[in-house]
Amino acid sequence: MAESAQNSIRIEKHPILGDLQSTGEVTIYFEGKALKARAGEPIMSALVAAGVSIFRYTKKGLPRRMFCGIGRCTDCIMNVDGVPGVRTCVTEVREGMKIEKQIGNGIWQIQKEEEAGNEAQ
Amino acid sequence: MKPNSKPAVVIGAGPAGLCAAIELKKAGAPVILMDENAKPGGQLFKQIHKFFGSKEHKAGVRGFDIGNELLAESLQLGIDVRLNTEVVGIEKDQKVWAVENRTRSYVIDADRIIIATGATENALSFEGWTLPGVMTAGCAQTLINVHRVLPGHCVLMVGSGNVGVIVAYQLLQAGAEVAAVIEAAPNLGGYGVHTAKVRRAGVPFFTSTTVIKAEGKESVERAVIANVDSKFIPIAGTEKILDVDTICIAVGLTPSIELASLAGCGMMYVPELGGNMPIHNEYMQTTIETVYIAGDIAGVEEASTAMEEGRLAGIHAAWAMGYMTEQEMQSKTEKTRERLAALRQGIFGLKRLIAKERVIQRGIAQ
Repeated sequence: MAESAQNSIRIEKHPILGDLQSTGEVTIYFEGKALKARAGEPIMSALVAAGVSIFRYTKKGLPRRMFCGIGRCTDCIMNVDGVPGVRTCVTEVREGMKIEKQIGNGIWQIQKEEEAGNEAQ
Repeated sequence: MKPNSKPAVVIGAGPAGLCAAIELKKAGAPVILMDENAKPGGQLFKQIHKFFGSKEHKAGVRGFDIGNELLAESLQLGIDVRLNTEVVGIEKDQKVWAVENRTRSYVIDADRIIIATGATENALSFEGWTLPGVMTAGCAQTLINVHRVLPGHCVLMVGSGNVGVIVAYQLLQAGAEVAAVIEAAPNLGGYGVHTAKVRRAGVPFFTSTTVIKAEGKESVERAVIANVDSKFIPIAGTEKILDVDTICIAVGLTPSIELASLAGCGMMYVPELGGNMPIHNEYMQTTIETVYIAGDIAGVEEASTAMEEGRLAGIHAAWAMGYMTEQEMQSKTEKTRERLAALRQGIFGLKRLIAKERVIQRGIAQ
């Protein structure tokens, strides 16, 4: 089944909150595919808006997406810019961010120069 | 008495923490407000419904408007708000260990600590509950009201308490369909006003009913519900299948007591208020004189009560630090307690009031 099966959508109009205001656009990459996200939103909602229904697989191969949505449960963790275990519900999107599904505990994929950069900080 | 120069550290910038910090700052006390999130306000910004209570309690005002008011006040007062700052430890002598931006760690020598870390939604275990599409009601509420995206199109709401009915209604407002609201107990649990709105929208309510299975290949495609007996055991042969893509769990919250526990605060079990929680007295002081709690960590209630508890803690801490006279502290405390008492009326409020009294009696005795 296609990942867009859930066919989630943006809430453009709302009886209490009014029309959705633009916050600016950010391009992120999910499994190499470019997606448009709203500036300031977390990775989680950008992926939900794009119809992504699986964020990761457990060691046993079971699919997971999100559960608490506020950074408590770690159900929604993914590999973000080479770092596994990132809580996508409380991590804001950033231009050019690379997001991959995590399998089990995931693997670190940080480039050598980035490692050197981090050490220098 | 010379006021203390060491700051009060308030942990958690939700309604309770914001109000505590505001009271401290207004009294002239040095205060640092920390929150692990990128934005302050806690869970106020996803609450788009009107609050209950009197005008003093901001009744009729929506949660996000209250959030904006509190943020404006804290900004105007110039409170030192540290976001993306996670408190990971509380050591002896009020040493608060914080990690900023997940990269820099530092310790603050605090004079008083107010822990306002809130509560965590409970999970419910049933076959298929880890499938994508099963989430807490608060998760769905955050997605629709804060991030403006629908997690699914057809929802089963498990739990008819206030969170269940309010989020069910907000899902309808956001454009989703709500297939049913189910309740394991024989009676509905939410405020009549909220329940009636969902009923009027044509959503069926099933009492003495639970969810027994979420089915679907890689995400929820169906939910199986069944009647339960008086011992909450599903009755065979009563199963019903609902074609939903989302199952929301609204089965209560548990106080987030980790930091209070690390600090060594005495605990007690109060089922009416969400489970284990720190013992506290009428000033919100825990069994450790210098550590206060406020809001959902002190028993799961509402944002309006959390705000008043935050004020109580802030007022007492300001006095204890030497920034307020005893007379002023007592008079402010009395007024705050009156407002708090007014919020704990009615059938639901009374149950919480009695439970809170039990906690406070333990707190005074300690």
